[in-house]
Amino acid sequence: MIENIDLSLVNWSRAQFALTAIYHWLFVPLTLGLSFILAFMETIYVRTGDEMWKKITKFWMTLFGINFAIGVATGIILEFEFGTNWSNYSWFVGDIFGAPLAVEGIMAFFLESTFVAVMFFGWNKVSKKFHLASTWLVAVGANLSALWILVANAWMENPVGMVFNPDTARNEMNSFREVVFNPVAVDKFLHTVTSGFVLASVFVVGISAWFLIRKREEMLAHRSIFIAGIFGLVSALLVAFTGDTSARTIAKVQPVKFAAMEALYEGKTDAGLTVIGVLTDSGERMGEKKVHDMKLKIEVPRLLSIMTTGKSDGYVPGLKDLINGNPGKGILSVTEMMERGRYARQVLTDYKMAKELGDNDSMAGLAAKFEDRDFIDNYFRYFGYSYFEHPWQVIPSVPVTFYAFRVMVGLGFFFILLFVLALWFHRRKTLEKNRWFLWLALLAIPLAYLASELGWIVTEMGRQPWIIQNLMPVHVAVSNISSGAVQTTFWLFAVLFTALLTAEISIMIKQIKTGPKH
Amino acid sequence: MMKGADRTLNNIFRFYYDGFRTMSWWGKRVWVIILIKLFIMFLILKIFFFPDFLKVNFSTDRERGDYVLEQLTGNNSHYD
Repeated sequence: MIENIDLSLVNWSRAQFALTAIYHWLFVPLTLGLSFILAFMETIYVRTGDEMWKKITKFWMTLFGINFAIGVATGIILEFEFGTNWSNYSWFVGDIFGAPLAVEGIMAFFLESTFVAVMFFGWNKVSKKFHLASTWLVAVGANLSALWILVANAWMENPVGMVFNPDTARNEMNSFREVVFNPVAVDKFLHTVTSGFVLASVFVVGISAWFLIRKREEMLAHRSIFIAGIFGLVSALLVAFTGDTSARTIAKVQPVKFAAMEALYEGKTDAGLTVIGVLTDSGERMGEKKVHDMKLKIEVPRLLSIMTTGKSDGYVPGLKDLINGNPGKGILSVTEMMERGRYARQVLTDYKMAKELGDNDSMAGLAAKFEDRDFIDNYFRYFGYSYFEHPWQVIPSVPVTFYAFRVMVGLGFFFILLFVLALWFHRRKTLEKNRWFLWLALLAIPLAYLASELGWIVTEMGRQPWIIQNLMPVHVAVSNISSGAVQTTFWLFAVLFTALLTAEISIMIKQIKTGPKH
Repeated sequence: MMKGADRTLNNIFRFYYDGFRTMSWWGKRVWVIILIKLFIMFLILKIFFFPDFLKVNFSTDRERGDYVLEQLTGNNSHYD
C-alpha cells in the first residue's frame, strides 16, 4: 500500500534514476552532434575527392564509434527501473510510453545493425555515395531516435492526447498526433538535439585545439575547427532560440517550474530577467519551504515580461500567486486544485467500489465521467494534487533550479563566443598564435557536458514533485519494494557506469593521442 | 551457381565477417566492453535485480490493474 511506502525508498529510487539518466546522457549528445559533423566532412570528401577529408572523417568516426559503442544500451537500464521501481507509474502511463519507445527501439535496432556497420566496415566495400548515404542516415536516424524518447518525456511534463480508463487504471492514447506534436515535445526535441550539436562541436574544436597546442595534425585541426565552428555557432544560436521558445511553453504549462527557474516569489508586471543573482534565505517561509531574497542581482529590465507574455508590461506570476492563487489573474490556488483532485479521486474510488460490488450501472455512469470534457478539464487534470496535504508541497527546489538554469544559459552564451573566436582566428590564420584560446577551447569540453547535464537538472528538478505533471506525484509512482534493494542497485550502477565512462575516456584518449595515422 | 537471394545473403555475411576480422584494436576493445556490458545488464541485473514488479506479483492484467487502482485510491498522505 502507498501509505506504507517510506520516504527513503522514494528518495533512493529518485537518486538511482537520476544517476543512471545523468550517466546515460554523458554518451548521447556527442552521438547526436558528431554524427552530423561526420556527415558534413564526408560530404566534402565525396564532392571534392580530397583524401585528406576522408582521413579527417575517419579520425572523428573512430571517436564517434567509441562513444557510440560504450553508450549503446545504457538507456535500457532506465526501462528496467520503470518496471521494478516505478510500477505504479509504468502502469498508469499505459501505452503512451510504450508506443514511442517501441518506435525508438525498432529504429535504433535497424540503424545500429545496418548503417553504422556500413559506416565502419564499408570503406572501399560500397560505393562512396552509398557510404555517404549511410553516414547521413546514421545522423538522421540517431536524432530521430532521440525524438521518440523526448516525446515520451514531454508527455510526462504536459500529458495530452490520452483518456484515463478507470477500469484498467491506465491512460490510453486517443491522439498520436497530439502526443507527438505536444508543444513541450517539439520544443524539447529541438532544444535537446541542438544542444547535442553544440556539445559535439565544442568537443571537435577542443580536441583540434589540443592538436594545435601539440603542433600536430595541423591540417586536420584547422579543417575540423572550421566545420565544427560553423556547425557549433549555428547550433548554439538555435539553442538560444529554442531555449527561448521552450521557456515560453514552460511558463504556460509548468508555471511553478518557470517561477522557480527565476526564483520569482511575487508576481509582477514589467518583470526583469535576472542574469546573475545570489539567493539568500529571507527568513520567510511558505509552509516548510524557504523563501529566498536575491542579492547581487543583475537584471535586464522588462525582459521576463516580454519573453513570457510578449508585452513589456505583461504580468508574470510568482510562486506566491501560483500557490495561494490570484483570482484577478485567473490563477487557481493549489488548495482549490487539491479539492478538485480529491473529487476526481473520489469518483475513481466510487468506481472501484462499484466494481467490487458488481454494480454495472454505477460503473458505467462513473466511467463516463472520465470521458466527459468538463470533468477532465476541471477535475481530473488536478488528480495528482489529491495526494498532497499542504499547498507548499508542490514547490520544487528553487536554488537548484535557479542556479542550474543560470549556469546552463551562461555557458550557452560562452559557447557562442567560443565559436565566433574559433572562426575569427581560423579566418585570420592566427589560431596557433593565440594559445590561450586553444587552451580555453580544450577546457570548454567538460563545460559542454556540464551545460548539457544542467539542462536536464533544470527540466527534472524543476518539475518536482511531479512524475507526471498534475496527475501523479513521484511518491505515488514508486513500487512497494525495499529501499535496501534500491540502494544495492544504486551502487551497482554507480560502479558499472563509472567503469564504462573510464573505459570510454581511456580508449578515446589513447586514440586521440594516436591521431589519424592508425 | 548461387541464386540471387543466396548471393545477397553471402555478400552480407562476408561484409560483416570481413569487417569484424579486420577490425582495429579499439574496435575489438569496445566490442569486448559491449559484450561484458550486455551480459551484466541482461543476464545479471535484469534477471536478479530488476524483475518487473507487476508481472512478478500478479498473473493477469486485470489483477495488475486492480492493484494499481487500489494504490491510486488508497489513503496516501506521505510526501517528500
